[in-house]
Amino acid sequence: MTTLTHLQRLEAESIDIMREAVAESENPVMLYSVGKDSSVMLHLAAKAFYPSKPPFPLLHVDTTWKFREMYAFRDEMAQKLGLDLIIHTNPEAVAMDINPFSHGSAVHTDMWKTQGLKQALDKYGFDAAFGGARRDEEKSRAKERVFSIRSAQHRWDPKKQRPELWRLYNARKNKGESIRVFPLSNWTELDIWQYIYQENIPIVPLYFAAERPVVARDGALIMVDDERMPLAPGEQPIHKSVRFRTLGCYPLTGAVESTANTLHAIIQEMLLATTSERQGRVIDNDSSGSMEKKKQEGYF
Amino acid sequence: MTQIPDQAAQTATAQDIDQYLKIHEHKDLLRFITCGSVDDGKSTLIGRLLYESKMLFEDQLATLEADSKKIGTQGGALDFALLVDGLAAEREQGITIDVAYRFFATEKRKFIVADTPGHEQYTRNMVTGASTAAVAIILIDARKGVLIQTRRHSYLVALLGIRKIVLAINKLDMVDYDQSVFEQIEEEYRAFAHQIGLDDITCIPLSALQGDNVIAPSPINTPWYHGPTLLGYLETVTVDDDAASRPFRMPVQWVNRPNLDFRGYSGRIVGGAVRPGDRLRILPAGKESTVARIVTQDGDLDLAVAGQSVTLTLNDEIDISRGDVLATIDAPPLVADQFEAHIIWMSEEPMLPGRPYLLKLGATTVAATLAAPKYQVNINTLEQLAAKTLELNEIGVCNLTVNRAIPFDPYAENRDMGGFILIDRISNTTVGAGLLNFALRRSQNIHWQAIEINKQAHAALKGQKPCVVWFTGLSGSGKSTIANLVEKQLHALGRHTYLLDGDNVRHGLNKDLGFTEADRVENIRRIAEVAKLMVDAGLIVLTSFISPFRAERRMARDILETGEFCEVFVDTPLAVAEQRDPKGLYKKARRGELKNFTGIDSPYEAPEAPEIHIDTTQLTSEAAAEQIVARLQSMGVLD
Repeated sequence: MTTLTHLQRLEAESIDIMREAVAESENPVMLYSVGKDSSVMLHLAAKAFYPSKPPFPLLHVDTTWKFREMYAFRDEMAQKLGLDLIIHTNPEAVAMDINPFSHGSAVHTDMWKTQGLKQALDKYGFDAAFGGARRDEEKSRAKERVFSIRSAQHRWDPKKQRPELWRLYNARKNKGESIRVFPLSNWTELDIWQYIYQENIPIVPLYFAAERPVVARDGALIMVDDERMPLAPGEQPIHKSVRFRTLGCYPLTGAVESTANTLHAIIQEMLLATTSERQGRVIDNDSSGSMEKKKQEGYF
Repeated sequence: MTQIPDQAAQTATAQDIDQYLKIHEHKDLLRFITCGSVDDGKSTLIGRLLYESKMLFEDQLATLEADSKKIGTQGGALDFALLVDGLAAEREQGITIDVAYRFFATEKRKFIVADTPGHEQYTRNMVTGASTAAVAIILIDARKGVLIQTRRHSYLVALLGIRKIVLAINKLDMVDYDQSVFEQIEEEYRAFAHQIGLDDITCIPLSALQGDNVIAPSPINTPWYHGPTLLGYLETVTVDDDAASRPFRMPVQWVNRPNLDFRGYSGRIVGGAVRPGDRLRILPAGKESTVARIVTQDGDLDLAVAGQSVTLTLNDEIDISRGDVLATIDAPPLVADQFEAHIIWMSEEPMLPGRPYLLKLGATTVAATLAAPKYQVNINTLEQLAAKTLELNEIGVCNLTVNRAIPFDPYAENRDMGGFILIDRISNTTVGAGLLNFALRRSQNIHWQAIEINKQAHAALKGQKPCVVWFTGLSGSGKSTIANLVEKQLHALGRHTYLLDGDNVRHGLNKDLGFTEADRVENIRRIAEVAKLMVDAGLIVLTSFISPFRAERRMARDILETGEFCEVFVDTPLAVAEQRDPKGLYKKARRGELKNFTGIDSPYEAPEAPEIHIDTTQLTSEAAAEQIVARLQSMGVLD
């Protein structure tokens, strides 16, 4: 076994990155979004520090618009692993009742996620935050470093990125600056699914196909997850066998019609897939290059 | 021929998927870099590899089609380059300005591609991409042949230790797939590459745009070519992953202490293999112990190899901390504090010999000072040139000294034990990278003499606590006047003192130095070292120098013990100092007769947290001196 498989290599690299970030920061935190990538990241964190518990809390920047099954899963996982879970909801967004229906996806995402995240990082003084982003997700992410420095205003400056050579990560920062750390940078969507399969990692049931009530909006199938979803006069949710390839706020996350209700079937479906996973994300389609803009403003 | 994943899955049953997953679980990983000049078609080639290996989805293709029509350079046809030029700025300018990592997989392997730009000013990015690659694809435009850029890219990949090269002779369609063009370029390249130690070279005739020999052979256009296709080569090339056959090395990243009964050392193995019972040496201390367990969450291991991240426990209680290296006792790494290294400079600010930078190697961070380069390498001609410093994207060979001995291997033997980055201590940015060549003999031979009459003895005889009172401020701020008054008062108090003054030192010790930034750094470095020796002799040392840069003042502070350094900021606004102009220097500088004059055409970096801050617009020199002596007493510098 002198040649490691690609998953063993990816696992070892992610563990290396997490240990390095913990050793070089004072107050690290792991962003927990409840999705499959977060599940993998959490699984790797448990391995990285075993037999110790991961020496950092989890932070969920909540938008109050996630799927109900995500909330249930989140609380169950934090309890099972015995980790501290910090839940932050932007009080301004609460007061203004920000929602994707009256404010649009751009304002919704900015207020709940981008501003909410900045508030939480400032409030607890975290100087390093793990995120589950992968370079294969989107073009501007393909260029982001594993250790990505953010200004005191949480801004990302793609022109001021530090060269990252070998396995040497420069985690030094000036007062007020912080570091976003991406242990899954080199994983692809397929790697994630193979690893979930190989390691039997629990994921939110929404990834598996089931009969769910959906309505068609702008070409996407949106699940009617609670009574806040406004319906047009006479509009009736239809029950369809659907699943989600990526999870976010339910009004902004398109379902795909599918009967894949096992990991096997999901992987098979993914191998046959003809659209990329972020297509279900309404926020990416605002304009070409929009992820880069959001990242500069502090989005993960 | 290549099977691509979705074709395999097309007809898959549940059993086939099991089979598929098994195969894919056992795939290995190849990292490679693509190097080429602006128009060699590099992005097109990568775009095509992604496209042909079905790594593109319909929505990405739809975006590509739209973008190709809008901003493409292929007259509306698919412009694969747009797939990989990720940042908005790059798309606008039509160039690639940073390293991007791309992923694709076939039945046989998973690949990570470092896509790096070819312009000279981005050597930094190429070196970054090459640092993790095992294979390099060097693109050549068949119409242009071997160019200066080709040589540069080859030198850089060779320097970074890549030995497997694909020479992709691209745009062959533009020369009518002429075999003689291909052969001529191959011959010329092999001759050149041999000189820089590259011999494992595979030349492939390509048209990235048309797809010839990228995935499938092209018997119609290149019937004379019988070698592998590009993807065929990448899938089958054996990468000498001999990291596992090298001596065992594991830098300790993190000490794992969940409770009093468990003490583990976590890290990634960067060489060799380890088993329970193996005898290890812990460096730099040199103690030895035996491996008790290899702990993972999935159970203890009987064997762990290079590349794995593990946690080891040892049979003896030894004080081990982050940055120590665990190594086999049979072939432990050397420990040294002076080295020769190749340095690749990556910052807009030139390298300053004498300035301390932070050096990170493995899990260790130490302070490092570089000597002036022995020579700089012209990466286009490979000539060795004389140089006093290194600018952005320049490469040179320098001696360097670190502030404590560290375990290392030469880079040629182990990339992870010999490759390092340099970090600026003020901005915290990565300013350079380096490859350790060897330890200097003198570093192994010179040992500090254990002198019995030490600092404490010197100080006790004088009945005082030695220290440095460091005055900094603009020319004409009143530093020397105030320092003089302070020394008089201390002398009157029966203290043994010495005043080091800018003008006096420059007449003797530092008369070889001018006023360039590099010389100013060296000036202050010498002053700091002299002050340190005087502190060792038990003296209270007053220094009066402009000392404009924070980094050097911090260096002076760092080489002394805590509490021995007291920074006095003599704060005089530039306008006031210029009006006083006791030596007429500002006038000269304004007339352009004095270059690099602090405050005029050279910056002054004011202290952020000086121990003592004197505002000379509010205090007379006498009052300032009294205040300083009083502060020194209350701070306990004067006992």
